[in-house]
Order: sequence, then structure tokens, then C-alpha cells
Amino acid sequence: MTEGAPYWMLWEETVGPGAHWSGLLRRGSTLRLTDVNGGGNAAVLLFNYEDRSERYNMPDTLKAQHTAFIARSVALYSDMGRVLCSVTDDTCGWHDTICGISNAAMVEKKFGPSRFQERRNEYYRNAYDSLLNELGKYGLGKRDLSANVNFFSKVTVNDAGDLAFHPGHSQPGAFVDLRFEMNCLVVLSSSQHPLDPATGYAPKEIQLTAWHSRPAPRNDPCRTRCPENERGFRNTEVWFR
Amino acid sequence: MIESALNPAQASFRHVIPAGEPWIGTVRQGQYFRILDLEGNQAVDTLFYRADTLEERYSATDTIRAQGNIYLTTGTALLSNEGNAMLTIVADTCGRHDTLGGACSAESNTVRYALEKRSMHSCRDNFLLALAKWGAQYGKDFSKRDLSSNINFFMNVPVTPAGKLTFADGISGVGRYVEMRADMDVTVLISNCPQLNNPCNAYNPTPVEVLVWD
Repeated sequence: MTEGAPYWMLWEETVGPGAHWSGLLRRGSTLRLTDVNGGGNAAVLLFNYEDRSERYNMPDTLKAQHTAFIARSVALYSDMGRVLCSVTDDTCGWHDTICGISNAAMVEKKFGPSRFQERRNEYYRNAYDSLLNELGKYGLGKRDLSANVNFFSKVTVNDAGDLAFHPGHSQPGAFVDLRFEMNCLVVLSSSQHPLDPATGYAPKEIQLTAWHSRPAPRNDPCRTRCPENERGFRNTEVWFR
Repeated sequence: MIESALNPAQASFRHVIPAGEPWIGTVRQGQYFRILDLEGNQAVDTLFYRADTLEERYSATDTIRAQGNIYLTTGTALLSNEGNAMLTIVADTCGRHDTLGGACSAESNTVRYALEKRSMHSCRDNFLLALAKWGAQYGKDFSKRDLSSNINFFMNVPVTPAGKLTFADGISGVGRYVEMRADMDVTVLISNCPQLNNPCNAYNPTPVEVLVWD
């Protein structure tokens, strides 16, 4: 069992290197993503499980909290002014949400061709196809593949707006805890970040640990981070009344 | 700052979008498409779709990543979710444009400003209405899921090296414009932003003009 996870754990599962996963996380549960070996990336999309037209919205998340990245105390907003989940703990400090995902052409150009026929399950995956695979299981598709979060990846900009990827940002064992404020469909790919300069195909496994927590209390640091979040949490609570 | 040699008097299409209203139109491959900030400091929320499929649409994240920079200006290829160039910015007298700030909506207004702001007019209302009417015309079921992260032409959303993101005073002015060459047939969906609560349009939404040259 993951160190630090409480005894009221729900389940634990490992998403293999470059693999894809989806599942339901209910309001009042916490999902810990752990970058077991360091240097990993988890491309994640979030949907309201009951109404999947409501989903993670990158711009609304960033502008409500005046941040260009995800970290501790940040709330992940849907397009409906509600908080899907919030970051209650984070040993990594920076998670990208502006650079998107890899696709088949990108992976082949960087790492060369790799088909199932020759490589079996070692074949090179990409985040676009992987997320599409999971989305299809819920009647979702290309139209639902919007801007994602890349947990464990850090990309900064300079004053001119130029992007810089920070290799080695995520240390072995780094984790981020997402407390779910709504019942969410979570869709995940552990493919490498599209700006990862690694010359070889080397995605990392991501460990998932879920436990019962509870919705955010009044004095919660995510809720009190800014007046915007107080209103966002209020909107979320109305949905469950 | 790159100026265009094209003469507005020779444009094949000209239309003024009043403040706070939507516009939807098609620009053909090879045509030039200009958005003109008539009175200055307006924000023009814009989405592009491949004209014959709509499942292929502008992607902010692909565009940012491919050019290695978060701001859009002359030389930027506006990429689709399939990685194809939809349009390329060929002239820009404003300097840079945002694609991280998204569009305002009734719901995000309640978060950003106050619960009482819910009834104020918003870009998403423009987008949804234009898309619904246009979808009905073509017998397609367009919905909120077709609204991905948009471009805000003329809007200034600086990001610092420490990762702080703010909505700052506009850097556009009267008569400034951005011009694109269409690399495929594209449907253009615009909301001429009605936001009254932040400096994205100097608290004063104003009309803009769209122009097309063959």
C-alpha cells in the first residue's frame, strides 16, 4: 500500500508505461497519482460522470486562479463554473496544462515506427489514440478531447512567451492528490509529454491509489485560496443539494 | 508588427460585427481573412472548424506546443486537433494575441466576479446560439462539446516565468488588425466579446470588422 495513504483505502492500481486507463471517482474520494520511478507524465481528462458534456476546462481553471499551471490548492474547474476536483497535496509543485498531448505522427517522428505486429504490447503508444480509446468506452470521441492536464510535467514560459520543458522535474515517488468534489469520469494516458526531449520511447508507470476522504470543509486551503474558489465550491455544492 | 499589402477597398467580403454579437462564416483555402479592431482594445473570441467535417477544429494546445510559444502573431500556424495548419497569421499590427484565456460564460462569470453576474451576456452564449442555429441549418447536432479553447484576438493575457497569469490592459488600438491566410476551407465562429467586468476590452465592448480577400 502506498505510504501515507490512509487505512480507508478504496483501491490501488498501476497504469503501465504508456498505457491508458479510465474510471469513476466519486465526490468525497481522493485519487493519488504517483510517479513511481520519476520523469513520468499522466495526461488526464475529467468529465462530470452524470453529464459528460461538462468537463475540465483549462482556460476557466487558469483565469479563475490567475495561474498558468496546476499545483497544491488549485481547483480544477469544469466549463460550468464548478470544481471537479482540487489538489490537496502535491510533492511535485508544477503540472502542465497548456501543452496538450502526443499523437501517432509525433511519436513515430521522434522514436521511429513501432507496430503491434512486431513489438506486441511493447509497441509505441501515443496519448491521442490512448485517450480516444478510453473516451470511446463512454460514447465520447474526438469532439471531447479538449485541453488536458499533464501531471508531473513542468513547462514554463519566458517573458517572450517561449516554452521550456524541465526534464527531471518529477522525482521518483512524487505524488499529487486529487480530492473529487464531483462524481467524475477520469481518463488517463501515461504517455510521455509531447515536449519531453528524451530521445528514446520511455514512458513511465503511474500508480493510482484511491481512498475515502470527504468534500472540502469550510476552511479548506483550496476553497480559501481566492474568492473565486469560494464561489466555485458554492456552485458545486448547489449541484449536490 | 507586420503590415499587409491588401487593400480593404478590394476585399470580396466586408462585415461589421457589432459589440457583443456573434458571427459565423466560411473562408476558403487560399483566401485572406482579416479582423480589424475598429475602435481599439476589443477582444474577439474566435474558433475555427474544418468546413466539411467540424470534428477537426482549432487546437490551442497543439498550436502553442508546435510553435514553442504561448502568444500568437505573424508566422503562427493555427493548428487543428489533427495537427494540420488551418490558417497562418500573415500580418499583425497588434503584436500578439491570446489563446489561454478562453471565452467568458455565464457560469465562469459567477466564479470570476459574483453570483449576480450570471445573467450578463457572454461569449459562450454567442457561441452556443450561433452554433445551434448553424447546426440546425446543416442538420447537425452541434453542442457545447464543440466549443474548445478559443483564440482571443487583440487580448492581452501575459504569463510570467513563475507561472502567474493575468488579464492585462489591451495592447491593441484603433485600426489595428490581424490577417490570416486560410490553409484549408474553414468555418469561422466569432463572439465579439461582451465582457464588462475586466480590462480585456477596456470595459467597453466595441464593433470589429471582418474582411475576406480572394
